[in-house]
Amino acid sequence: MSAAAIPVEQIKTITMSIYRFDPTLDKKPYMQDLVIAIPTDKDIMVLDALHLAKEQEPSLSYRRSCREGVCGSDGMNINGKNGLACVTPLSEVLKRGKITLRPMPGLPVVRDLIVDMKQFFDQLEKVKPYLITKSDNPDIERMQTPEDREELDGLYECILCGCCSTSCPSFWWNPDKFLGPAALLQSWRFIADTRDEATEERLDDLEDAFSLYRCHGIMNCVSVCPKGLNPTEAISNIRNKLLTREKN
Amino acid sequence: MLVNEIINARDLPVMEFDGIIVGGGGAGMRASLQLAESGLNTAVISKVFPTRSHTVSAQGGITCAIQSDDPDDDWRWHMFDTVKGSDYIGDQEAIEYMCSEGPKAVFELEHMGLPFSRTEEGRIYQRPFGGQSKDYGKGGQATRTCAAADRTGHSLLHTLYQANLKAGTNFLNEWFAVDLVLNTDDAVVGVIAFKIETGEIYYIKSKATVLATGGAGRIYSSTTNALINSGDGIGMALRAGMPVQDIEMWQFHPTGIHGAGTLVTEGCRGEGGYLLNKDGERFMERYAPNAKDLASRDVVARSMALEILEGRGCGPNADHIFLRLDHLGPEVVHKRLPGITELSKTFAGVDPAVQPIPVVPTCHYMMGGIPTNINGQVISVDNGEDKVVEGLFAAGEVACVSVHGGNRLGGNSLLDLVVFGRAAGLFIEESMKQGVDMKNASYDDIDKALTRLNKLNASTEGEQVAVLKNKMQQNMQNNFGVFRRGDLMEKGIEELAQTRGEVDSMFLKDKSATFNTARIEALEMQNLFEVAEATAITANERKESRGAHARDDHPERDDDNWLKHSIYYSETKEVSKRDVNYRPKTVQAFQPMVRSY
Repeated sequence: MSAAAIPVEQIKTITMSIYRFDPTLDKKPYMQDLVIAIPTDKDIMVLDALHLAKEQEPSLSYRRSCREGVCGSDGMNINGKNGLACVTPLSEVLKRGKITLRPMPGLPVVRDLIVDMKQFFDQLEKVKPYLITKSDNPDIERMQTPEDREELDGLYECILCGCCSTSCPSFWWNPDKFLGPAALLQSWRFIADTRDEATEERLDDLEDAFSLYRCHGIMNCVSVCPKGLNPTEAISNIRNKLLTREKN
Repeated sequence: MLVNEIINARDLPVMEFDGIIVGGGGAGMRASLQLAESGLNTAVISKVFPTRSHTVSAQGGITCAIQSDDPDDDWRWHMFDTVKGSDYIGDQEAIEYMCSEGPKAVFELEHMGLPFSRTEEGRIYQRPFGGQSKDYGKGGQATRTCAAADRTGHSLLHTLYQANLKAGTNFLNEWFAVDLVLNTDDAVVGVIAFKIETGEIYYIKSKATVLATGGAGRIYSSTTNALINSGDGIGMALRAGMPVQDIEMWQFHPTGIHGAGTLVTEGCRGEGGYLLNKDGERFMERYAPNAKDLASRDVVARSMALEILEGRGCGPNADHIFLRLDHLGPEVVHKRLPGITELSKTFAGVDPAVQPIPVVPTCHYMMGGIPTNINGQVISVDNGEDKVVEGLFAAGEVACVSVHGGNRLGGNSLLDLVVFGRAAGLFIEESMKQGVDMKNASYDDIDKALTRLNKLNASTEGEQVAVLKNKMQQNMQNNFGVFRRGDLMEKGIEELAQTRGEVDSMFLKDKSATFNTARIEALEMQNLFEVAEATAITANERKESRGAHARDDHPERDDDNWLKHSIYYSETKEVSKRDVNYRPKTVQAFQPMVRSY
C-alpha cells in the first residue's frame, strides 16, 4: 500500500516510535517518532504501517519477505513483546494512537530493526537440523504411518524467525552455550521423526549443563511464537527422553 | 571496498568458486546440493536467509506420478495434462523429462526428511489438483499432488536448507547480486555481489553461474508474491544481452485473498471446496462442465473475472468471489488445510470451517523466463538458431525451460524447481569432471557490470523508488491483467517508455553501506522494470489468446502464427518467435487440440 492511495477522508494519523541506529552515522541508538497516515476503513498490519513509515523515511531498515507469516523475516519487538510485524494487526497493538518498535532483544543490532542472527543460526546448526539415516534408502519413499507423521505436527512448522529465543532470558545470558528454544524445537523435531536414526547421538550432544538444561520453563517462547508452537514442551520431551535413557 | 563508493574494477577484491548459485530458494538449493555433494567448491548467494525465499509460500503440493494414491498412475498422463495445460507451447522434451524424472526427485526429497503427509499405507499423501486427468484426459480427475498438509513449499525449502547444511554448502546469506560479468567471448564468468550487512563488495568469479532468483510478481500491484520477488535474474540476464521467452505469460491464481493478495491453495478445491458467486451459484459448472472448480488456473481465473465483470461478484462492491470450504467439516479443514485456516483468519477475518473465504484472481507466477535447455544451460537465439551461453545456467521460476508454456498447472512449480535445479547440478557436476577452465574477465568487462551500481551511488537527484514502483504496478495491473486489449496495452507501453529514463536515473538518498534496504529496493526496482517492459511489449506483440494470455481483441488461439515461443531482447525491444519443442524422446508428441475442461 502506498500513502498516496489512501483517500483523504479516510485518514487518521498514528505515531510510530521506532528504534533507530546506523553504526556508520550514529554514535548511539535513539528512538524516532514518525507520524504516519493510515486508512480508517480497514485494519492494516504493523508491516504495512512500516512500509508507510519507510515512504516518509527511506533510510528506515527492517527485514521483510513473504508478508504473510511464513518466511520469518520480520520478527521484532512490538510494544515490548516479540512478534511478526506482517501478521500483527495494528489495531491489536495501537495504544492511544502510538506503537513502539524495537529490534528483537538479546542479539547485536546491525541497523534499526535488524539484528545479527548469527548466534541464533549457529545454535541451530549445533543440533544437526537434518534427517540422519544409516540404513539404505528404498527405491521409493520411506514408510511412515499417519500417526507417526502426526508427531511432527507442531514442530516442522517453525519458521526460524527468532522470536522465541530472543525472548528467552536463558538465551540472553548464554547465547553461545544454551541452544535456545528454536534450536531445541528442531532437535526434538528430528528425534521425534520415526525415520531418523541418530537419536542416541542427538541425545549425547545435549547432555551437558547448558545446551538443554538452562531452560527454566518460564515459557516466554510459547507466549510469543507467531506460529503457536510450543518449544517448552519439546524441551521437556527431550528431558524425559534423556531421563528414561539413563534409567535403562 | 564498500558498496557506497564509486567502484573501480581494479580495486575490487575477487572470490573464486567452481559454481555459484544466485538465489537460495528451491531451485537454487537443489542445484547447490548437487554440487556440494559432488565435492565442488560451491556458494549460494541469497539476498535473504534461504528459508525466507518465496518457495516457502507454496502450499498445496508437488505434482508427480509417484503412484501412491493410484498404483496405475502414469507419468505420461501427467505429461499429457501438462502439455494441454500449457496450451501447447510447453516444450515436450522438457515436460517429458520433468514428468518422468519427477518421482526420483520427489523420493530424494523424502529421503532428505521432507515431512510429507501420509496415507494409511504409510506412503506420501496425494490430493487432486486442477487440470489433472487419468488416461490422457479420458479417465476423469487424477489425484497426483504430493503434499505436506498445506505447507509443502515451507517443508520443501526447509528440507533443502537442512540437506545443504549437511552437505557443507557455502552460504553467502544476505548478499545481493548486482549484475553478471560477461567477458568478450560472451561467456559468463561470475557476478558482482555485495554483503548487505556490511556493504563489502566483490567480484565473485566462477566456472558456472546458476540463476535461481525466482519470479517477479511484484510488477503487479496485486500479487501473491513475496516482497522480494523482483525478477533480479531476469534483469541481470536482459542487461547482459540474454533473451527472455514467453514473458507475456503471467498466471493469475484464482484464489488470492481479496484485499491482501495472499495465496489460498488450489488444494482447497482439490479437497472438495468450490467457488460461489453472489447468487450462491457454483458458476464453474457453466464454464467447465467436467472439471468444474478443478479446471486449469487460467480458465478458472477468467471465469471468476467474468462473473465479477458481469455484476455477479460478492460483497458490497461486488468485487470478489466466495471460496466455500465449510461443508468439508472442521476435521478436513483443520487437518489438511491448517495454513489456510491461519491465513484466512489473519487476512480475511474468517474461519474457513465456518464461513467462505473472499477471493479474487491474483498475479501468481511467471511462466516465461530465461530460455534454457533441459540441462539448465541458458540459450540465446542468434538469427533463429539456438546457441548455448557459456557458463550461465538458470532453473526454477526465473527459467523458461519451458514446461509451463502458456499456463502452469498447480503443483508443477515445485516439481519444476527440484527437477531442473537437480538437472542443472547434475550437468555442471558432469562437465566439471570432464574439466572446465576458469575463464577470465578484463577490468573493462567488470566495470560494465558495475555501471548501474556506480550510477545509483553517484545520484544527487531524481525520482524516489516508491513513486516509480507504484506507478509501474498500477500500469501493469490495469493494462496487462487477466484480460488484455491492444489499445490499453499500447497506452501502458507508452507510459513505461516515459518512465524508463527516471528508473535508470533514480535518486538514492541514503548512501549508507550498512544494511541499506533503500539501495536494495532501488536495484530491485530496476530489475522489476526490465520484467515489466518485456512483459508489456511481448504481450502486445502476441496477437492471439493462449493460456493465461487472453485478449479481447484477438479472442482465438492462432496456431498458424503463434504456436511459438516469443523471444524478447531488451537492447532492441523486439519480439521474435522460436519453435516449440515437439520432440519428446520416448513417447509420441501430443498435438494441439481444442482445450476444454
